[in-house]
Amino acid sequence: MKTFNTIISGTGGQGLITLLMVIAESAHLQGLDVKTSELHGLSQRGGSVQAHLRMGEKIYSPLVIKADLVISLELLESLRVLPYSDSKTKFLINCYSFPFTGTFSEEDIKDKIEKYIKGEKYLIPASDFCRRELGQEVVSGIHLLGFAVFNGMIPLEPSIVEKAIKKVVPKKHLDINLKAFRLAKNGN
Amino acid sequence: MKKILLGNEAIVQGALESGVDFVSAYPGTPSSEIGVIFGEIAQKNGVYFEFSTNEKTAMEAAIGASFSGLKCLVAMKNFGLNVASDALIPFCYTGVKGPTVIIVADDPSCWSSGQSEQNTRAFTYTSYIPMLEPADAQEAKDFVKLGFEISEKFKIPVIIRTTTRVAHQRMPVEIGTVKRGNPKGKFIKNVKQFVTMPPRVLEMKDELLEKIEKIRTYAEKSVVNRIEGKGKIGIITSAVSYLYVKEALAELDLNLPILKLGFFNPLPNKKIKKFTKGLKAVLVVEELDGFLEKEVRVLDPKIKVFGKDLIPVSRELGVEKVAMAIAKVTGKRYKMRKGVSLDLPRRYPRLCEGCPYWFVFSAVKELAPKDTVFGGGIGCYMLAGFPPHEIQDYLFCMGSSIGIGHGIKKSTDQKLISFIGDSSFFHSGISGLINAVYNKSNALIIIMDNRITAMTGHQPNPGMGETGMGEEAVAIEIEDIVKACGVKNVRTVDPKNINELKTTIKEFLNKKEVSVIISKRMCALLARRLKR
Repeated sequence: MKTFNTIISGTGGQGLITLLMVIAESAHLQGLDVKTSELHGLSQRGGSVQAHLRMGEKIYSPLVIKADLVISLELLESLRVLPYSDSKTKFLINCYSFPFTGTFSEEDIKDKIEKYIKGEKYLIPASDFCRRELGQEVVSGIHLLGFAVFNGMIPLEPSIVEKAIKKVVPKKHLDINLKAFRLAKNGN
Repeated sequence: MKKILLGNEAIVQGALESGVDFVSAYPGTPSSEIGVIFGEIAQKNGVYFEFSTNEKTAMEAAIGASFSGLKCLVAMKNFGLNVASDALIPFCYTGVKGPTVIIVADDPSCWSSGQSEQNTRAFTYTSYIPMLEPADAQEAKDFVKLGFEISEKFKIPVIIRTTTRVAHQRMPVEIGTVKRGNPKGKFIKNVKQFVTMPPRVLEMKDELLEKIEKIRTYAEKSVVNRIEGKGKIGIITSAVSYLYVKEALAELDLNLPILKLGFFNPLPNKKIKKFTKGLKAVLVVEELDGFLEKEVRVLDPKIKVFGKDLIPVSRELGVEKVAMAIAKVTGKRYKMRKGVSLDLPRRYPRLCEGCPYWFVFSAVKELAPKDTVFGGGIGCYMLAGFPPHEIQDYLFCMGSSIGIGHGIKKSTDQKLISFIGDSSFFHSGISGLINAVYNKSNALIIIMDNRITAMTGHQPNPGMGETGMGEEAVAIEIEDIVKACGVKNVRTVDPKNINELKTTIKEFLNKKEVSVIISKRMCALLARRLKR
């Protein structure tokens, strides 16, 4: 297969690394080579975070030049991935805003998403949905991954991703993660 | 069996497979996970682990353990080696008894580092220490094992130098068998090896130089220095740059010979000369300074060498930067991708909700006279420099907020407030405090005691009454230390008692001697975690 490049963006504390580990584990279980890159420390603490993941036959560099898929856990953060995208890049964006002093309004961000993200894009209220249905927003990344998997936006088998979730997620959080993943099957 | 591991997890795995006995560390991104993991698993693997007070004490602990025959691992970030180097350099002279590997993590592009974009490779020139540079997580594991082999065979400590993109890279890594450690050794006296008194120290230097030449011969044969492919224009590369070279060649549809070096020191000079012989030109692809390039120029003065003329000295590399350089050397066309880049508002990292530092920063901002100088340091409190606080007028290295503050106080009539965290205070703040008292400063020092080393992900420190392995220990009282340093004006305040905090700040700002406020309240994240 052709190498598949994913960028996950969001803010520190949104469960980005768990999501990254689940996708990496899925790729590995599916027999693919995989490499990821992430940042820790000062780059977290509620700041912008991006993680890169590449999977395919043989992967050298862990860094993405052009993404096939962007999973953004926050609205504004999707725009920070623009330099790694083109019209073929698919964007899966959590319709959730973590505002701060001096940022754009949510309307403004959505307008910019509309204007500058040229390819397929899906704004999904994953945080709202997960809070309402599961009582926890932090699984919204896994919910978005479910959306990507069930709609063929990422070359991973649903059953394998479930296996990966079971391997990566600690037991006490497993149920809610599996639910978040499965509930993406019929859309929301 | 392969398992997906983070580079730092792979380092731990490599040490366990080597049968490590003794591990010491001081946390620092991007190396911190190594200590955290050992804290959890050391005891069940027969390993002794400690978070030391700083990198020098970590290094010294390992030196003592090595002299007692144990197999040792020390882990730190790049700046840590500056602190530890006073002990490291004589350790290269004496050599090891038990094999010792030192992990040093650089951070090109300063993703998680203030201070400087330091290149740890430079230390090989002053210490002669052998240094290996893994490109990925698998090599990180393999090179730790190789490092222990070299250390054992040649009786010398070995540095494994990682960078952020290796330490925080995940990939499937081949898992081998773990060998149980045994943290009980015996110190067998040997003044000839362990005492660096002159003139013996000069004989030691001669022996060290001999060892390095023997290791060079070993490096010539080592598979980690390998040549791939054939052609007239070659590439010499190492560490993570190798990965970018492989991707760049594929992008450009080129097949050029590559010399991939696992050793940075000593270099396999013959292998390098063999590689460049018959080439028309060679491109040296390395991150940060052109150290390898300079070596290649000396080894083969006749060949055309490209390097830092095409590849920047600052900031980490990536496939595109490397592809551009290769394209220029080979006459290929390559265009860097120009994606849309919007001017987006910066999302600053910020103090967590409920963080006790909020109270301190707001009180200080309210009460300090206009001309007050604010000294920052390394830890969560460096967020003082970002909005909404913006009270950080200088930021250097661990412990320096007090030391530099003293110099400013001696040179000006301005008020000065230095911030320092509890872990930084234990790390290297105490000597600065003594200096300030002894030399009659009158800064106000606020020790931001949040009861843990928070920034790097919650590692225990000497103030907490708990060791790196979770054993009970004496909780060292910061106030006792401050008093013992001769500070007359000292008060421990819970910053949530905002009135007491403010009264104390006002009072202490007008003192004629050094004054210290210990703002003592647990990190909010930790408090929430303990509640659960």
